[in-house]
Amino acid sequence: MLRTWCAIGIRACGFMACLSVMPASVRAEEIEISIGYLRLETPPRPVLSGLDPIPPARGIEGAELALKDNQTTGGFLGHQYTMDVVSLAPDGDVVAAAQTMLAGHDLVLLDMSAEALLQVVDLPSAGATLLFNVSSKAPSLRDGDCRANLFHTVPELGMEADALMQVLMTKRWTRLALIEGPSAEDAALARSYRDAAQKFGLKIVSESRWSFDTDLRRAAAREVPLFTQKFKAHDVVLVADAHDDFARYIEHNTWEPRPVAGAVGLVAEAWAPVVEQWGAAQLQSRFEDLAQRDMTAEDYAAWAAVRVIGEAVTRTGSADPAVLRDYILSDGFELAAFQGRPLSFRTWNGQMRQPIPVVNAHAQVASAPPEGFEHARNPLDTLGLDQMESDCHAFEN
Amino acid sequence: MPLKTKMSASLLALAFALPVQASEIWVSNEKDDTLSVIDIDTLEVVRMIEVGERPRGITFNSDYTRLYICASDSDAVQVMDPETGEILHDLPSGEDPEQFVLHPDDRHLWIANEDDAVTTVVDVETRKVVTQINVGIEPEGMAVSPDGKTVITTSETTNMAHWIDTGTHEIYANTLVDARPRHAEFVKDGSELWVSSEIGGTITVFDTTDQSEIGKIHFEIQGVHPDLIQPVGFELTPDHKTAFVALGPSNHVAVVNTETLAVEEYILVGRRVWHMAFSPDHSQLFTTNGVSGDVTVIDVASRKPVKTIKVGRFPWGAAMRP
Repeated sequence: MLRTWCAIGIRACGFMACLSVMPASVRAEEIEISIGYLRLETPPRPVLSGLDPIPPARGIEGAELALKDNQTTGGFLGHQYTMDVVSLAPDGDVVAAAQTMLAGHDLVLLDMSAEALLQVVDLPSAGATLLFNVSSKAPSLRDGDCRANLFHTVPELGMEADALMQVLMTKRWTRLALIEGPSAEDAALARSYRDAAQKFGLKIVSESRWSFDTDLRRAAAREVPLFTQKFKAHDVVLVADAHDDFARYIEHNTWEPRPVAGAVGLVAEAWAPVVEQWGAAQLQSRFEDLAQRDMTAEDYAAWAAVRVIGEAVTRTGSADPAVLRDYILSDGFELAAFQGRPLSFRTWNGQMRQPIPVVNAHAQVASAPPEGFEHARNPLDTLGLDQMESDCHAFEN
Repeated sequence: MPLKTKMSASLLALAFALPVQASEIWVSNEKDDTLSVIDIDTLEVVRMIEVGERPRGITFNSDYTRLYICASDSDAVQVMDPETGEILHDLPSGEDPEQFVLHPDDRHLWIANEDDAVTTVVDVETRKVVTQINVGIEPEGMAVSPDGKTVITTSETTNMAHWIDTGTHEIYANTLVDARPRHAEFVKDGSELWVSSEIGGTITVFDTTDQSEIGKIHFEIQGVHPDLIQPVGFELTPDHKTAFVALGPSNHVAVVNTETLAVEEYILVGRRVWHMAFSPDHSQLFTTNGVSGDVTVIDVASRKPVKTIKVGRFPWGAAMRP
C-alpha cells in the first residue's frame, strides 16, 4: 500500500510542478515514467546442439536499449524514464511478484508463457495497468483470450507462418514437405504452417513426425536421407521445431537437394542479426555495444514495447496509461522501428503490426509482406489474424 | 594518321577556347567507398575516385577548392582536392559522421555523429574539434541558417529538430517532428525551417522566429501505399518557390509549391531516391537512387526524367561543382 501511495504522490507533485511552469514553457512538463519488466523464466530444455545457448538477459537487454533511447529523448522534454526488472525462476510465484510489480508500475512488460500471462493480466490490480506481451506467440492471446489492456509487440505464430508462406509463394516454391517435432509447441507451429499454406494457396504434399532419439550430431547424414526419401515431389522441406532442437540436422542432409525452411534455412522471425536495411545496422550496433551479443527477436519485441511507451509519452505529454492506450490505438500512432514501414497496433486485438523479416543465416531474403500482397487496410494486415477472423471482443467500444 | 593528328589539334584548340572544365555532379557511393563524378555536358561518369569507408554526406567549400566527405565507417571527415582527387588530410569528426553542413564562415563543419548522439563542430583550419553537443538518438539532418546563427540537427529516433545557437553552442529549442527525420533546410531567407520525416511521410514547416509549426506537407501517389512514401532529401529552386522532394522507396520525386505547400507533380525516378543536386544553372536536377545504383537526371523546366546514369553501389550524397 505504501508503495502505491508513494507513486501517486510523486505523480501528483509532477503535475503541480508542470502547472506552475506551464505559462513560461509548454515543453518543460516534468513527467516520471516507471516501467516494469516481469519475467518468469522458462525451464531449460535439453536440445541436441549446444551451439546456440540462450542469452541469459534475452529480452531484458532489448528493453534496456529502448529505455536508453527514451531517456535521451526524454532529456529534452523533462520526461524521466526508469525501469525495474524482476526475473523469477521457473518455479517462482508469478502472481505474488506481479502484485508487487503492479503496485508500483502502470506500464509493465510481461515476458512469460501465455498461461502465466493470463494469471497476471486477470489480477484485479492489473485493471488500470497497460501491459505488453513481449514473448508469447500464442494465437489465443490475440483471439478469444485477448484483454483490453494487453498489447502484443511479439508477433503471433500465424504472422511468422504467413510471412514465410508469402515469400515461398513469391518464389513459386509451393509444394511443401512438412516435418513436425514431438512437442506440443511443435504441433502448434505445424498447425500455423498448415493454416498459412492454405491461406496463400501452397500445398503440403507430405507430412512426417520426427521421433528420432539417436544422437543426430553423428547420425544425421545416415538417418535424414532415409527419413526424407519417402516424401512426394516437393520444392521445400518445412521443419516445425519450436525449440531449436533437431532442425539444424535436416538441412543439407535431405534425400532430394531441396531448401529447408521454418526453424532453419529460410526463417521468418521478427528480428535477426542479419537485418541491416532501413537503418537497422544502427540499432544492431547500439544493441551490440550494450549487450555484447546479437539482437534477437525477443530483444526486438521488448525494445519495441518500451519504444512504444516512449513514443506515446513523447507525443501525448502524459504517463497516464489510459491516455497512452488511447493514443497507441489511434490513427496518429506510428513507431519508426528500422523495418522500412511505420509500426502500429491492430485496434481489434492489440497486436503490433510489423513487417516480418524472412532470413537465412547470412542475409535477409525478403521482408514480408512482399510486393503484391495487398489488404484494404494495410498490407501488413495480410500477416496474422485479421479482424474478421479474430474472436477478440475486448477492444470493442 | 594525319586525320587523327588533326583531330587532336582541334580538340586542343577547343580546350583552350572553352573553360577548362565542365560543371560536375559529385556522388558518394556508400557501399563502394568511391565517388562518381558526372560531367554535366555529356551526362557521363568521367571519374571514379576511391575514398574512405562508407562515404555519405559530401559538400564543397565556398570556392569549390575543397571537398569534404563524411567517411562514416572510417570515423573521419576527409578533405579532398577536387582537381586531383587526392585526399589531403582527415579531420577529426567524432564517431560515424553521416551528414554535415559547412557554416557560412567557410571554417566550421557541423557534423552529425549518427552512432554517438552528438553533433561535432570542427574547425577545418586548425583541424581540431571545437565542441561536441549532445543531441537525440541517431542525429542525421544538418542545416545552417543563412545568417549563420542557428544550426539544426535532426535526430532519427528521438524525432526532433534541435536548434543550436552557433555562438554559445547550446541547444535553445527542441521541436518534435514526425517519425524518423532525415533532412533539414532553411527556406525563404531563413524565415522557415523544413524538416522531412521518412517514416512519418511528411515535411514539417516551422516559423524560425518562434520555432512554431506553421504547416505540414503530405504526399500521395496513386497506386503506392502511403507507408512507402518516405521523404528524405529535398532541394529548392533559387527563388525558393518550388521544392523537389525525394520520396525514397516510392521511387518518385515530388514537386512542391512552397507557398501553398501543395504537391504539383510526381516524377518517376530510380529506386529508393535519396538526395539531390542541381546543375549550376538549375536547369537539371540529379537524384541519387540508392537501390538501383544510379542517378536520374530531371529536366527542371518540363519536370521530366531525361536520363539515367549508372554510378557505384548505393549512391547517397550529391554535390555540384561548377
